[in-house]
Amino acid sequence: MISEDSILATVADAVRAREPLLIQGNGTKSGMLRPVQAARTLSTAGLSGINLYAPKELIISAWAGTPLPEIEAALAASGQHLIAEPPDLSSLLGKTGKPQTLGGITASNLSGPRRVAWGAMRDHVMGVRAVTGRAEIIRSGGRVLKNVTGLDLCKLLTGSYGTLGVITEVTLKVLPAPDATGTLVLPGLDAAAGTAALSAALGSPFGVSGAAWLPQDAAARVPGLAGIGGPLTLIRIEDFAPSVLYRIGRLKDQYALPGAITLDTAQSRSVWADVRDAKPLAAGADDAVWRVSVRPSAGPGVLNALRASGTVGFLDWGGGLVWLAGPADTATHAAVEAAARAAGGVWTLLRAPDTLRGAVSVVPDEAAPMARITRAVKAAMDPGGILNPGRLYAGL
Amino acid sequence: MIRQPGSKPEVMGRRIHILAGLRALLPETGLITEPNLLKPYETDGLSAYRQVPLAVALPETTEQVAAVLKYCHQNGVRVVPRGAGTSLSGGALPMEDSVVVGMMRMNQILDIDYPDRCAVVQAGVTNIGITNAVSENGFFYAPDPSSQLACMIGGNVNMNSGGAHCLKYGVTANNLLGLKIVTIDGDIIDIGGAHLDAAGYDWLGLLTGSEGMLAIVTEVTVRILRGPEGARAMLAAFGSNEIAGAAVDAIISSGIIPVALEFMDRPAIHACEAFAHAGYPLDAEAMLIIEVEGSAEEQDRLLGQLSAICQRFDPLSLKVSQSPEESLAIWKGRKGAFGAVGRISPDYLCMDGTIPTSQLPHVLRRIQEMSDSYGLKVANIFHAGDGNLHPLIMFDANDPSSFHKAEEFGADILKLCVEVGGCLTGEHGVGVEKRDLMQVQFHAHELQQQREIKSAFDPDWLLNPSKVFPLLEPEAAGLPQAA
Ligand SMILES: Cc1cc2nc3c(=O)[nH]c(=O)nc-3n(C[C@H](O)[C@H](O)[C@H](O)COP(=O)(O)OP(=O)(O)OC[C@H]3O[C@@H](n4cnc5c(N)ncnc54)[C@H](O)[C@@H]3O)c2cc1C
Repeated sequence: MISEDSILATVADAVRAREPLLIQGNGTKSGMLRPVQAARTLSTAGLSGINLYAPKELIISAWAGTPLPEIEAALAASGQHLIAEPPDLSSLLGKTGKPQTLGGITASNLSGPRRVAWGAMRDHVMGVRAVTGRAEIIRSGGRVLKNVTGLDLCKLLTGSYGTLGVITEVTLKVLPAPDATGTLVLPGLDAAAGTAALSAALGSPFGVSGAAWLPQDAAARVPGLAGIGGPLTLIRIEDFAPSVLYRIGRLKDQYALPGAITLDTAQSRSVWADVRDAKPLAAGADDAVWRVSVRPSAGPGVLNALRASGTVGFLDWGGGLVWLAGPADTATHAAVEAAARAAGGVWTLLRAPDTLRGAVSVVPDEAAPMARITRAVKAAMDPGGILNPGRLYAGL
Repeated sequence: MIRQPGSKPEVMGRRIHILAGLRALLPETGLITEPNLLKPYETDGLSAYRQVPLAVALPETTEQVAAVLKYCHQNGVRVVPRGAGTSLSGGALPMEDSVVVGMMRMNQILDIDYPDRCAVVQAGVTNIGITNAVSENGFFYAPDPSSQLACMIGGNVNMNSGGAHCLKYGVTANNLLGLKIVTIDGDIIDIGGAHLDAAGYDWLGLLTGSEGMLAIVTEVTVRILRGPEGARAMLAAFGSNEIAGAAVDAIISSGIIPVALEFMDRPAIHACEAFAHAGYPLDAEAMLIIEVEGSAEEQDRLLGQLSAICQRFDPLSLKVSQSPEESLAIWKGRKGAFGAVGRISPDYLCMDGTIPTSQLPHVLRRIQEMSDSYGLKVANIFHAGDGNLHPLIMFDANDPSSFHKAEEFGADILKLCVEVGGCLTGEHGVGVEKRDLMQVQFHAHELQQQREIKSAFDPDWLLNPSKVFPLLEPEAAGLPQAA
């Protein structure tokens, strides 16, 4: 167990010595984005524990090093859940034998299938405490559900990958977990037709909370979908049991597609956990992995365009999230960049050997005027450049 | 009384020259300088404060906004962005030496994309204008501030406005995908787009709620949602604020999250009923408006469960709306609440703190005590599900001491909100109104950190300075704030 003050002291030492720090929780995401060159590592893993959980106020607050499964278990005991359904990407990023932490999932703003309807991690971060590169503890937000007091540094720190501050405590909005889950499975639609079906479902009044399309080989990797065959379009409803039945029924009538099947709560939960954790992605041991975020209707085009480069993938978020795996070389990365850019979207290089991720833009470079502001904000929060230098952008 | 920074002599001295320079950048009617025409811009929804600006620029394109900002930057002129001017915290209050950039002429809907469930609109489109543009296809834009007929999306973005339905649908920040902004240098930058997750830093999140201090927003990409099959409201009346508060707790604990869960105390009930004739229970001490969505059967089931929960708290009455008209009347009372209070007392201050919901009975008791000791009446309206309080403090503007007391009373309420674990503002923003209370919620170094982030966007402190942060001495003297 360590204290927030000891993190502050470590940062203060590093500032004084001008020695960069690698910031991490349990390091489950150290393979993401660019490699960090730092003499020392600062881990928040020892700063662990739930500080406040008020189910009636839909609020939970915990130290950054708290294992995410511990938080999920505490919520489940009160019938609640994390709204953004954050994934566990250890099957892609390598098992460290340790669980991901609350701080890590916040700093990387990773969200699961429910993001399409209910928002990302960043939408539910109500408060943060962080140690900045000025060696100061700052707070933003708080422990209430609505707060516009001052600049929203919760959003700035969420998804900043430890480059602006060491997040020490996170306060999240949570919600009651749904009673029941159902999934409508539409077999046989290609990516474009599947995405059109997902758009119709998401544009229906039935509150769809998951919308994914899996090509045949990806579907075959999900045990809960074994034996159905063909590419599969998945539509999820989460609600009270009678509502799930009713809404799935209405959607099924709407499509009137032969061969449509429905999955019950247990089957649905297992299938969507696999989708969340990118299990359908056939990433070979040496493959690179990307997440591309585009307007949903552009998802199929990105997927198809990149097949020529030897990538495989599947679609979540109604087509708007393209998971890709393929050769870990600059040519393939350039193809991913081009496809994302052509679709007006963005890419994140999630996994690659250091040689590749150190050499390419792991996220899109910003236009010059924005990049200038980015450097100024980084200088405002981490003037010595000691927090995770180079993690997002080279030289920053 | 709120202190404003001193005017810059070099700007006031070159006034004629500066106005001529601006006029050259704008369409023929795009610059207002005549004192009588400037008058409407001297204040916003916080009408106790007034200051006529140097001029009002009314650009019609992003490029014109860029030209105006670049010019103001080169000439050291302060800029106050303005939407509809409904801010309740004085966010759009001009300074004497400032140019107001009004966005009302940028009022076009540029694109509606149903398959991708988003729309691109200019910053001067009204909040309701977005919903009106997509409602024929059953879609809507979710955040619904009570001012939605007038307020503009650019203002909503900069205040991160909420509404009665944000318990389910979230606030403005949760319903945005992208922005086009113009920096004080005159650079035009696209942030986000039609995709859900941007890579890199969350500039969209930082700009949302930044109260016009970082950039001018000219276009907004919003999420549009398909409306539910139907919605229905119910009213539950209780014998005390405590009991109503306990009922709110019980509802949230049941696992049902209504789309709206609004609380009114006795004075608010009476004011709104006199205005809307919605059948509000006049014998009640506190009342909840609860709304659910779904098919008719789903509504029946949820309202049945909610009624059963309310029954456990000895309600004075429970009334489930039987028709869309009845639901509309119920909401008319709530949405017209400010106007309704305005009929009892022409002058009132609308406060906007947030508290942990468990503190509701305690906070309402303390507010009543303060009301007694200040001798000013207060009506409480409250987004109960998320703890966002709106005490309306009634005063008499003809009596300066009454206004002064109302301001002190308001400050005491907000300090109480912070003391019980809440915050100064849930959705109306800090503006000038709560600027000097920021030290109650933040440490000096935390405010300094936020100032430095503003400086990263606006090094010379020209964009809506003197808002949000307590004035530092150099700024009060009219100099840029040292970073
Ligand atoms: C009767 C009434 C009811 C209200 N109800 C609610 C409610 O339910 N919920 C709620 O949250 N608020 C409510 N408000 C407050 C107000 O309507 C909101 O804050 C609204 O978002 C302001 O929008 P506006 O267009 O009027 O912006 P303005 O008041 O003109 O400006 C607000 C702030 O944004 C800045 N700004 C405006 N446009 C831009 C732009 N394009 N680029 C950069 N900065 C800009 C301004 O400088 C200012 O700081 C209410 C107000 C009234 C009068």
